[in-house]
Amino acid sequence: MTSRVSTGTRPGARFAQFKLVLLGESAVGKSSLVLRFVKDHFDDYRESTIGAAFLTQTISLDDSTTVKFEIWDTAGQERYKSLAPMYYRNANCAVVVYDITQASSLDKAKAWVKELQRQANENIIIALAGNKADLVADHPDKRAIATADAEAYAREAGLLFFETSAKTSENVRELFTAIARKLPLEQAGARNMRANPRQGVDLRPEAPGTQGGGACNC
Amino acid sequence: MGHDSEESAATSNGGTAADGGHDISPPQGENRGDPAIEDTAAATKELGVHVEPSAPSQSSSTSRRLGDEHRPPLPPRPGTLDILKEGNHNTGGTSQRSKQSARPNLQSTATIALSRTDIHTQSYPDGSRETYAASAETTPPSKPAGVFGSIKRFKGLSGSEGGDSASVRSYAPTLEAGGDAESLLGEVLGASQEVPAWKLLSTQYEAPDPFDTFMFEDNEATVDFYREFDELRGGESGEQNEEQQLTQWQSKRKHFLILSSAGKPIYNRHGDDNLISGYIGMIQTIISFYEGANDHLKGFTAAGARFVIMSQGPLYLVAISKLGENDAQLRVQLEALYMQILSTLTLPTLTHLFANRASTDLRRPLQGTEPLLSALADTFTRGSPPTLLSALECLKVRKSQRQVINDTLLRTRCDTLLYGLIVASGRLVSVVRPRKHSLHPSDLQLIFNMLFEARGVKAGGGENWIPLCLPGFNKNGYLYMYVSFVSASEGHGEEPDDDRNETEHQDEIAVLLISANKESFYDLRTMKDTLVKELEKNDSMAIIKSAVRRGRPAATDIVPGTVLRHFLYKSRANVQFTMPSYEPHFTTLLDRRRLLSLYHTLHANVHAKNAHLKVQHCIRRESVSLAWVTPLFELYCVAGPHSTRNALAQSANKVVQWVRREEERVFIIGGAVF
Repeated sequence: MTSRVSTGTRPGARFAQFKLVLLGESAVGKSSLVLRFVKDHFDDYRESTIGAAFLTQTISLDDSTTVKFEIWDTAGQERYKSLAPMYYRNANCAVVVYDITQASSLDKAKAWVKELQRQANENIIIALAGNKADLVADHPDKRAIATADAEAYAREAGLLFFETSAKTSENVRELFTAIARKLPLEQAGARNMRANPRQGVDLRPEAPGTQGGGACNC
Repeated sequence: MGHDSEESAATSNGGTAADGGHDISPPQGENRGDPAIEDTAAATKELGVHVEPSAPSQSSSTSRRLGDEHRPPLPPRPGTLDILKEGNHNTGGTSQRSKQSARPNLQSTATIALSRTDIHTQSYPDGSRETYAASAETTPPSKPAGVFGSIKRFKGLSGSEGGDSASVRSYAPTLEAGGDAESLLGEVLGASQEVPAWKLLSTQYEAPDPFDTFMFEDNEATVDFYREFDELRGGESGEQNEEQQLTQWQSKRKHFLILSSAGKPIYNRHGDDNLISGYIGMIQTIISFYEGANDHLKGFTAAGARFVIMSQGPLYLVAISKLGENDAQLRVQLEALYMQILSTLTLPTLTHLFANRASTDLRRPLQGTEPLLSALADTFTRGSPPTLLSALECLKVRKSQRQVINDTLLRTRCDTLLYGLIVASGRLVSVVRPRKHSLHPSDLQLIFNMLFEARGVKAGGGENWIPLCLPGFNKNGYLYMYVSFVSASEGHGEEPDDDRNETEHQDEIAVLLISANKESFYDLRTMKDTLVKELEKNDSMAIIKSAVRRGRPAATDIVPGTVLRHFLYKSRANVQFTMPSYEPHFTTLLDRRRLLSLYHTLHANVHAKNAHLKVQHCIRRESVSLAWVTPLFELYCVAGPHSTRNALAQSANKVVQWVRREEERVFIIGGAVF
C-alpha cells in the first residue's frame, strides 16, 4: 500500500501519502477534475488523455495534518481498460466519475465501482463524482441523472458522493478533502512514522513480483 | 495559377520535359481555368526554359509569352467535378469556374468519368495529350455508355501496371493554378526588388506570382489558407447549414480520409462523417472498382486536386491535396497516418478486428486517436521538413556537451529501459539505446507529434505513462513510454510551473523513457528524477535550455553575407537534417507553406524516378533555389530573387562546409549505446 504517514518537523504534525485513481467513461471530465484540483485551472477544450497521467497534490486537513495524493488520471477509452488494474491496484482511494448529462456514463461508473470492490484493495475508499454540474445550472433540462438517484446508489454501495463542476470548481476541493478525511491516517501512521516526509517514500510499490494483483502488501 | 506562372528555370537536364510543352496546342479560351492540367505545363516547362531573372518586368513578359504559347490544352471536366468545384467557386472562384459549374451535375457517372479522364492523361505520353484533349472535348463529359469501354481499353492498353504508371504520370497536372492576384509571398521574397513597372505589368497581364503556382489559385484562396485549419462552421441548422459546411469543406486545400475497405469512415480531417458520407461512398466505389479488377488504384487527379490512395490491409487511406505535393510525398504522409493507427492498435489487433467482422467500425477502438491524426494532418498541411525528408532534426550542442548528456543517460539508466530520449522543442538532444536496436525516424515522428503537436499529453501537466506501439520497432506489440516535461524557461524543471499554460510549446524539454515492461513506471520515474538532477548538477540542463532559447541560427549566421534565405541539409547516413531559422524571411504560416512547397517541388524533381538529377537550379520571380543531391547528402537552398547562380552555388558550398565542420554538433552520430 502506498499510504505513508509520518510526523513532520513540528511535534504532532502528520504527513500522509495516498494513491488515488480516477476512473470513468471517456469525456466525463476526469482530467478536468484533476487539473482543477492540482492546478486550479480549466481548459474549455481538452484532448483526451492518452494512456494515463500521474500528478501529485498536497492538501492540509488541519494545522497538523497534511495529505499528499498521488493521482493516476486514467484514459477512459475502452482499449485502455486492460491496463486499469495496474492503476487501481494498491490504490487507497478512487474517484469514479460520470457525466450528469449522459445517462450511460453512470452505468459505466457503476461497472467501475463493482470492479473496484471486487478487485482492488478491500479498504479502498471510493467516491462517486457526477461532473459537469455547470451544464445543468442554466439548463436543468440537460440533466440526465437525478441527484437523488445517484445519491441513493452511492449510499447503497457505500460511496462518497458529490456533484462537481471542474469548470466552476464547485465541490472539487470538497470531494478530495472528504476523501482525505476518510482515509485511515492513524492506521497508516502507526506503521510509517518518519522524520522527513519526503524521505524514504517508496516509489516502487508495484515492482514486478512483489505482489499479486489486488493483494495489499502493507 | 495562371497559364504563365512559370517564370523560368534552368536545370542540368531539363530538356525532355520542356519539349513536351512545345508540342501542345494553345489553350482553348477561358476554359483553361481548370488548374489541373495547366500545371503540367508549369511543372514541366519550368525545367527547360531559362530566363535571366535580373529584369523582372522583362521576365514577366517573357513568361507571359511562354505561357500563352505553350499552355497545354485542358481536358473536359465531367459533371462531378463541378460538385467538387462549387466550393472554389463559392469561395471566390473566378468567371472560369462559374462556367464550369454550369455544366450538368451528373453524379452517377461522375466518379467513373473522373477516372476516365485520368486514364487518358495517364495512358498517353506527353506529345499525344493534344489528341486526348481534342477527342475528349467532343465527348460529352457525362456519357455513361462510353465509360466502361474506355476503362477496359485502358486496361488492355497498360495491363495491371496501368494504375501505377498512371499515378506517376498524372502527378504533374495536380499542381494548383495560381490566380491573377499579387501574392503574399511575392512581398516576402521579393518586396525589395519589386519595381513599379513590374507591378503595373503584372496587373495588366494578370501575371500570377510564380510561387502561387504551387498552391494558390487566387488571392482569396490564399487567404483561405489561414482558414485551412478552422473547423467547419454552419449558420442555422438544416439544409442550408449543411450546404454551407460542404462549401467550407470543399474549400480546404488538403484532406485526409481513412475508411475501411467495407466503406466505413474511420477518420476525416475536416467536418463530420455524415456531412461527407456521399464522398466517402464515392471514393470507396472508385477504389473498390479497381480492387475488384485486382488493379490497385494509386491516384488520380480531379478538379485540381491530386488524390492519392493507399490500401493497407483492411484500410484505405486517401490524401487529397491542392498544395502541389507529388504522389510519393503524399504517400509518405499517408504512411505516417497509417503508422499512427498501428501505434494505437498494433497490427495484430487491427487485423483481428477486421478478420472477425469486415464491417467493424474502427472509430471506437481508435477513440482518442483523432487529435493525433489531426495533428499529423495539420503538420503536413503546414509543411513539415522532417516528413518531406524522412529525417530527424537534432538540437545543436557541442560534441563534448552532448557526450556529457549521453554519459549521464547511460549512468542513470535503469534495467527496464529500452530507449531513453531527451527532446527539446521537437528536436532530439540525446538518445540512449541498446546496441542491437536503432530508432526508426517514423516512430520518432509519431512520438514528437504526440508530444509537441497534439496538446493532449502536455495539457495534463503531469507525468505520463503511455502505452504505444512503435511500428518501426515492432508493429506487433506495445511499448510503454514515460514522459515528463521540463519547462525550458524555468530554472527548475522538476515540477512544471503553473504559469506556463499558454507559453509556446517551443520551449519544452521532454524526457522520454521507453520500456517494454508495463509495470516499470516507478522505475523510470526514479530514473528521470536522478537524470534531471544529474543533468542540472553537471550544467547540461542549462546548456540544453539555452540552446532551445537560442533557437536555430539564421542562414546569415551560418554563412555570413550569404544570399541564402533558408536551406535544408539532410545527411543521408545519419537520417538527420539541419536547417536555419525561418526568420526573418518566413515568419507567417503562409510564407512557410510556400517555402515548403518550393522544397517539395525541388525534392520531387530530384527524386523523380527517371530524372537522374544531381543538381537543379531553379529561378522564379521571387526566389532562386538549388537542389543538390549526392550519395552523402541532400541540400535544398532558397535565395532571394535575382541572386546570381554563382552566389547561390558558393553559398551552397559554404553550407556543406559548415555542416562538415559542425557535423557532430548538428547531428547525433551513434548516440549513447548500451
